[in-house]
Amino acid sequence: MSVIAVPASVSPNPAAQRRMALVIAGATVLSAAAQILMKIGMNHFVFSLAAIATNVPLIAGYALYGLFTLLMVLALREGELSLLYPIISLSYVWVTALSYFIFHDTLRPMKLVGIAGIMAGVALLGRGDRR
Amino acid sequence: MNSTPLSSILLVLFGSVVGSFGAVFLKSGAVRLTGLRSLFNWRLAFGVGLYLGSSVFYALGIRHGQLSVLFPMVAAGYVWTLLWSRLFFHEQFSRTKLAGLALVLAGVVLVGLGS
Repeated sequence: MSVIAVPASVSPNPAAQRRMALVIAGATVLSAAAQILMKIGMNHFVFSLAAIATNVPLIAGYALYGLFTLLMVLALREGELSLLYPIISLSYVWVTALSYFIFHDTLRPMKLVGIAGIMAGVALLGRGDRR
Repeated sequence: MNSTPLSSILLVLFGSVVGSFGAVFLKSGAVRLTGLRSLFNWRLAFGVGLYLGSSVFYALGIRHGQLSVLFPMVAAGYVWTLLWSRLFFHEQFSRTKLAGLALVLAGVVLVGLGS
């Protein structure tokens, strides 16, 4: 699992940018679903090839994550980063909310502040090439 | 599941370092691209391999502990990637980017402390 950093060649077409923003917003839902599936798969993980090969949530999670990565690379090549990075950081909202409802994760204030900080930081990184 | 073990946090952070080196090799492979045949060079292959490898560390990391702690920590990868891009490719970054990095880093630390 890794963040994707791709230099952009910005296209000035606003309609294309809006379409891209929508696609990426949808993709963040995919990425959150991938995370949840991977976590479900890993919760009952055992070190055996047969067990991994029949771990449906894990495999589905990996497949969704692969699809998400592909979408990101394509979008980041063409899109305006200052628009896309804040949208990408929506994933943190979905994953945190879903983890709370599905796995009963705690929502301590320090954690929420930290996640908000990461989201703000990622949004700034997208703007960072404008001086 | 109430607490996130340090071993899980370390696995996820290590995965983010591995992934950031994936980006370095993809970049050094991509700048050498001249034609379709050069698409199959060891740098690109190694970069993809490191990306896949980083996902294995991440998956092992999320076996135990809270996903809402471990997933945001992947963002530490942004910090490493920018560090390497400065170190290896001598890329300059603006103050805005520096502020973004500081926020991401502080956020990862807070998420860790809040786990």
